[in-house]
Amino acid sequence: MVIGFSWLASCNMTSKDLKVLPKEWFEFNAYLKIGDNGMITIQSPNPEIGQNVKTSMPMIVAEELDADWNHVIVEQAPLNTSFYKWQVAGGSRSISSGWEPLRMAGATARKMLITAAASQWNVLPEEIQTNAGIVSHKASGNSAHYGEMAAVAAKLEVPEEVTLKNAADYKIIGHSKKNVDAKDIVTGKPLFGLDVYKEGMLTAMIVHPPAFGKKLKSFNPDSVKNMPGIKDVFEISVYSGDKQQSAFDITAFNELVVIVGNSTWQVMKAKKAIQVEWELAPSKELAMEMFGNVSNKHFPAGLENTSEHKALMKDIDFGDKRLKLVRKDGDPEKAFKNAAKIIERTYTAPFRAHNTMEPMNFFADVTAEKVFVLGPVQTPEWTESSLSRRLGIPKEKIDVHLTRMGGGFGRRLYGHFVTEAALISQKMKAPVKLVYTREDDMTFGTYRPSYVVKYKAALDKNNNLVAVHVIGGGIPERALYANRFPAGAVDNFIAEEWEEDSNITTGAYRAPRSNFAASAEQSFLDEVAELAGKDPIDFRLDLFKKAIDNPVGERNDYDAKRYAGVLELVKEKSNWGKANTSNLKRGVAAYFCHNSYVANVIDLVMDGNVPKVQNVYCAVDCGIVINPDAATNLAEGGAVDAIGTALFGEMTFEDGVPQQSNFDKYRLIKHHEAPKNIQVDFVKNEIAPTGMGEPPFPPVMGALSNAIYSATGKRVYHQPFINELNA
Amino acid sequence: MAKFNLQINGSTHIVDVDPDTPILWVLRDHLQLVGTKYGCGIAQCGSCTILLNGIATRACQLQVSMVGNNEIVTIEGLSKNGDHPVQKAWEEEDVPQCGYCQAGQIMSAVSLLKSNPNPSDEEIEMGMSGNICRCGTYIRIKKAIKRVSNS
Repeated sequence: MVIGFSWLASCNMTSKDLKVLPKEWFEFNAYLKIGDNGMITIQSPNPEIGQNVKTSMPMIVAEELDADWNHVIVEQAPLNTSFYKWQVAGGSRSISSGWEPLRMAGATARKMLITAAASQWNVLPEEIQTNAGIVSHKASGNSAHYGEMAAVAAKLEVPEEVTLKNAADYKIIGHSKKNVDAKDIVTGKPLFGLDVYKEGMLTAMIVHPPAFGKKLKSFNPDSVKNMPGIKDVFEISVYSGDKQQSAFDITAFNELVVIVGNSTWQVMKAKKAIQVEWELAPSKELAMEMFGNVSNKHFPAGLENTSEHKALMKDIDFGDKRLKLVRKDGDPEKAFKNAAKIIERTYTAPFRAHNTMEPMNFFADVTAEKVFVLGPVQTPEWTESSLSRRLGIPKEKIDVHLTRMGGGFGRRLYGHFVTEAALISQKMKAPVKLVYTREDDMTFGTYRPSYVVKYKAALDKNNNLVAVHVIGGGIPERALYANRFPAGAVDNFIAEEWEEDSNITTGAYRAPRSNFAASAEQSFLDEVAELAGKDPIDFRLDLFKKAIDNPVGERNDYDAKRYAGVLELVKEKSNWGKANTSNLKRGVAAYFCHNSYVANVIDLVMDGNVPKVQNVYCAVDCGIVINPDAATNLAEGGAVDAIGTALFGEMTFEDGVPQQSNFDKYRLIKHHEAPKNIQVDFVKNEIAPTGMGEPPFPPVMGALSNAIYSATGKRVYHQPFINELNA
Repeated sequence: MAKFNLQINGSTHIVDVDPDTPILWVLRDHLQLVGTKYGCGIAQCGSCTILLNGIATRACQLQVSMVGNNEIVTIEGLSKNGDHPVQKAWEEEDVPQCGYCQAGQIMSAVSLLKSNPNPSDEEIEMGMSGNICRCGTYIRIKKAIKRVSNS
């Protein structure tokens, strides 16, 4: 049995009369069912990684249903591609892609309840009102709770057209609701993948090469087979020899040694004791498919070093033949030639591990008839496809169920561990939980790429910004969004990119590419503003004005008005430009990604070489805010994460060996290093909601570096900044 | 393998495990008390924090053979109905994002408040510095602790 995955546990009922389960449930659609006593169950379709969709998505259904939130129970939906679209925790798209179907699910059910009541009371449906789970008809004095109408209503035809509410009438959306899992979290209930324990379940661990560029040569199962509790030791090939695989199947280590045993500690001990030999791996070519596009990926042979990566990035310069042109506006060459002032800067960042607090893991029970997998993965749909391909079992026979996840940050988009767990279960003919140790998790790859961004800008004699040249480079993937600001705001603009292959695997990391593009761009613009003798906010606002009044180029991926809006808001909230009597020094930044706009002001003071952040002001435009307190929490966490990332985090390599394998060497931000205050303000509008998981993360790093400059007079260019500050 | 009588959450549990098994894995694998989390295994993250005679202790570093008759309290044993003041404060401040580290954070906070019922901001920061939250909920954790100390 799965212990405690009780759906009642997620219940946030407070009403006394609803503490018992209904005798019967009536299903209205894939999202919701109503019990005969008025209790409502709402399925939350998307994976929950801490972005709080398990609360905010059902809130949207409940709003249009006109439900009493206190009578709502939330369940995590399993993968069901025939019901739900975009069951992915990625791209900060859960809310935006769910906005339409979630509202429709609630609104159609509401209309069905009204129709049922109208027919029962013999009155016109237009005269019926709903409120907090009650249907009523004023003139006749009739009134009933939803449960009383549910049996009849659920049998009605689903209406094709419904009227959705006006934002001004929202009673649940925009009104903070507590995390539906909060009680279970604070009482230690089994919620996460690692908490899955089933009858007869075995524990499995993997042993993978100690270095990128190496592979399994041989292993000696006898070295551990007789250790207490060990059931089996064998090798698996995670993906078959096919040349093409999903981009979400990426793994640096396809051949793994597997140890299976009765308990975690016994397997951990065997893992330490096992004798394995490794050898150099050849280069590898893979055709990797993502959203229907196939791109060829080359993973070179060899043992890579951080020092070589740094040298490669240092070598990239303007005019380099390896650069690929992505965008060009005006005549940048001429503008730079005629410039009064030119400024040129280089920014770099290291590889980074996601380091979710819950290491990778998954439960699998594979039999001849059925594949059942349960655990934390951000991409259940693509995982199912991968399992089907690898196991040769049709998707109909594969059930993918989700647990709550101890963090995602992009790492769990790449579900190789699900396939691993399934292969192990298939071999063992038993239910198995695969568990990565922290060391496995940190040294397995799928890192944030290492980036280099170079900027060059030209000012005319009146200190107007007349040209920008940007190079976005990276190993193995660039950090560049060529159609984002300042493109569109500068007459002469050129963007080029550069990528260098690596056998160190990488993947999306909270706001991929944006997370460094923002830091580089916003640090550079700060320096350009200074060179132009302008206030950094006014300087940016002038550029946005140009992008609004007279945009340059055909395609600019941002709304300059909303961009300026968050800057104006953060300016007001932080009292920017007012006399500063404290010892705090400040920096500003703004960025747009995942269709949301965020601006930050950071106040800090230096404690020796270490910046102590006092205040973070955060202005956000993500359209309609579903759950304000939870969105605030995300922005707070994004700020803390960004400060820790920019100051401390890095993965380095010597001869392919990761030099950080646990939190003793990989420095994550701690309580005493976090900002003292974070103030989050939202732009109020009625635009359809956009991303909140990722957008609050990138600009903070730019604001931090700019504040460090204000405090020290020294610009920092290379993350993690703590190394540069200590140098 | 050897048998151990353990005092956990007010009752005696008998387990038959390897003597060097960390109490973390005894709790999780053998007693299905999974609220105590595995995060790093080297006492660097605090996810596995339990109370040993009332004092915050990293369960990943405590071998079962060393426990003896000392009283262990896990997150599951903190209160019967999840209404310990620290748990309630965590809910009031809506602290968790992913939630994985929060049981450990709560156990550390309970221990801190026991030794220092009115900690200053700095004392909270230092007292809690062994517990990592990857989602960055530190500000809310501090607010929740202050909510308890002020009440």
